[in-house]
Amino acid sequence: MPTAKELQAMKSKHNVLATFSYDKPKVDKGYANQTLYVNIESNEIKSKPVTQDMKDKFIGGRGFDLWLLWHAVNDDTRWDSPENEICIATGPIGGTTQYPGTGKSLVTTISPTTEQVIDSNVGGYFGPLLKFSGWDALEIQGKATEEIIIVIDGEESTVTIETAPEEPVDTHILSEILTDMYAEDEDDRRNVSVVSAGRGAEHALIGCLNFSLWDVRRGGIRVKQAGRGGIGSVFRNKKLKALVVRQPGVSGDSNNPADLNVIQKTGVKMHREICTEDHRQERMRTTGTPHLIEVMNAYDLLPVHNFQYGKHDDTPKITSDVWFKLFTQGIPDGCWYGCSMACAKTVENFELRTGPYKGEIVRVDGPEYETAAGVGSNCGIFDPAAILELNFYCDTYGVDTISWGTTVAFLMECYERGIINKEHTGGLELKFGNREASLELLHQVARGEGFGLIAGQGIRRIKKIFADKFGADINFLNDIGMENKGLEYSQYVSKESLAQQGGYALTNKGPQHDEAWLIFMDMVNNQIPTFEDKAEALHYFPLWRTWFGLNGLCKLPWNDVTPADNPETDEPNKVPEHVDNYVKLFNGVTGMNITREEIILQSKRVYDFQRVFNIRLGKGLRKFDAQPYRAAGPVTKEEYESRAERYDGQLKELVGFDPEGKSTEEKLAALRVYKEDQYEKLMDSVYKRRGWTENAVPKIETLKEIGIDYPEIVEVVKRHL
Amino acid sequence: MKYVKCHPDKCGYKLVCMATCAKKVQKSDDPALANIVITKKDDGTIDMNVCNQCGQCIDVCPTGALYRNKPGVVRINKDICVGCYTCVGFCPTGSMRTHESRTVPFKCISCGNCVKACPNKALAHEEGEFEPSYFEKGEPGEPGETFPKEYF
Repeated sequence: MPTAKELQAMKSKHNVLATFSYDKPKVDKGYANQTLYVNIESNEIKSKPVTQDMKDKFIGGRGFDLWLLWHAVNDDTRWDSPENEICIATGPIGGTTQYPGTGKSLVTTISPTTEQVIDSNVGGYFGPLLKFSGWDALEIQGKATEEIIIVIDGEESTVTIETAPEEPVDTHILSEILTDMYAEDEDDRRNVSVVSAGRGAEHALIGCLNFSLWDVRRGGIRVKQAGRGGIGSVFRNKKLKALVVRQPGVSGDSNNPADLNVIQKTGVKMHREICTEDHRQERMRTTGTPHLIEVMNAYDLLPVHNFQYGKHDDTPKITSDVWFKLFTQGIPDGCWYGCSMACAKTVENFELRTGPYKGEIVRVDGPEYETAAGVGSNCGIFDPAAILELNFYCDTYGVDTISWGTTVAFLMECYERGIINKEHTGGLELKFGNREASLELLHQVARGEGFGLIAGQGIRRIKKIFADKFGADINFLNDIGMENKGLEYSQYVSKESLAQQGGYALTNKGPQHDEAWLIFMDMVNNQIPTFEDKAEALHYFPLWRTWFGLNGLCKLPWNDVTPADNPETDEPNKVPEHVDNYVKLFNGVTGMNITREEIILQSKRVYDFQRVFNIRLGKGLRKFDAQPYRAAGPVTKEEYESRAERYDGQLKELVGFDPEGKSTEEKLAALRVYKEDQYEKLMDSVYKRRGWTENAVPKIETLKEIGIDYPEIVEVVKRHL
Repeated sequence: MKYVKCHPDKCGYKLVCMATCAKKVQKSDDPALANIVITKKDDGTIDMNVCNQCGQCIDVCPTGALYRNKPGVVRINKDICVGCYTCVGFCPTGSMRTHESRTVPFKCISCGNCVKACPNKALAHEEGEFEPSYFEKGEPGEPGETFPKEYF
């Protein structure tokens, strides 16, 4: 960390390109009622009003982001077009301090890997501090010609665009430097949040953004990631080095809610529930999301060796008992105030063994389940230290751990099957389990050299390179390359859950578990047996989960802890008491009087709008919802034979095909015909339930019914009717 | 460390302690703002609830607003408290208090005013000892201490 003098010297090199002073509004019932527009090409900074219609139809967060982005781009905008924007917003409930999981920022842009809209949600303090600085959302347009930062100071009511030529790019250094640089004193550091990427995001298309918070209890910076879809790559492509927000004075009524009392009561009730139930249920407070490792392994759902298998004998090396020992215990690990679920676990004092920071003692934020499964089991790496090192470097380089894990797993399978060899990889032996190779490949991404330049592009582009340049069979690559819409799969094996296949691929942004996680409802508990049941679940749950993103909320406190009597309720999968909590929170903040049902309507507007947005960009139709066959069934002989009893049984019972005396190839083919047909039928059922055409286009009557039949939206839809 | 010890069997349910606490500590006539709560249960017995200064709330506070002062009493620094109320939900005795007119919680500061005011001597100011909380023991370990070598 630089000295105060060095910091001063660094700051003295900043050249302020634009300054904007504003009258800071008092936040009223969860809204600042204005958004901030910053153009880093023309250096224009301005305020835009938030209209009542925006609030009524798009609520906030991801809804506001999408509405702003929609008006900023055109039908041909690409990820690196100057008019593409990065939009960041929390939502009306965002910044509430009394209830767990209320500090999320939602980030959208046109993605380099999916070439359509991506949305990603992230903890850290940026979104709430942005709102309390007077801005419901921030949109950044244009491309800078030199390295810049944007500084929003809510106390001074100023926004500046400044050159920042000397600060290092990697997050773990940059976020600390800028926090120290823009905090008035040590105590003020808690009021600063920094958004940054890293040098990996400069060379890869799977770049992520890191959102910081100053952790008072650890006395240092923590970072959470807006990981999915390459937003960090867009950020660095714009020559954005960082965003800084500073806003002192967060309090229990910073949102100026309509009914503070109901928020306080609902919050205390939830804290109490976490206090009494968490240690009996998911143990989020002590082991965070990695508690899922052993659960997934037990149900054959943990991705192993590029999603070929769902369990492994070495899994006990990375289960929650291991992480419990490695995470520092006893510290309130929320990523926003009041998150008593405290699942943002951290490993302190980790000594790096590779790369440019070799030998340094660092703090590792994580791993989350997705990271441990992605860079770990899916790559055959069952080594906590290697997982932590990959976690740290992905974060500081600004590379998404989920996409990295899934991509490297794919590359390792390609290597093991002889599709690529050392000539292609520059000597890297990319076998499953080779932790050194995965790390070196990651360092190559950061250096912008070697095979790292290919690996960083994400699976969709890699498949094309392997087919075009290395003569690989594109059909086989399409079967085993775990991406849909250009986004790499997150870390659950969906082969035995048709509903989860839809939860992954019948999505707006691509296969990310935050739209729907239906494996237990479907596969384990068999609660949604018919196509209609699955379609209903794929209507309700993606909309329910969308709502978190409209309001600046985290999904985890909804169902990663539940009231003790939840199993006795009518619909335990929906956690009715928590749904009621959210209705109270929304009404308590905004002063509105919505019902449970209106939550779904609020989400439906934004969800269908996002689908239309994708269609406008040339995507979004049925063909883009196709899944790689490995998401549905066994691609290879080894996969089939490893679970022969299961698949033979399915052929007999479901397909009406007698496996007796048949070769594995014949059985594979018969099973595939069945599974692909099932998925097509699922698509039909889901689109029908969602009020879309067979081609996945929202019908005009649907748009009218939900109240977003704006002429510009209808015009896009009409092209496909 | 002195804390307020309750003797419900002596309580006459006159609520003098609550009125005194509200008046002297919170400068209010509203007994709902008292740091001590006396309730009569359905079976007619008395429940007396006041902080025992155990300090477990110190560990769940994300801002460091909760601390033990030199005499050993757990206090809230209202300047840095953000009103998250985690301490309220996690208090093992349910003694961290809230009120709709306040954005931060409040609690017994062990001043002894209620003890003096109680006509039945149902309250006593007694010395107590508690295990120091995690943060009272000190910061997370030195480099190398918390990451076990066997994992490399």
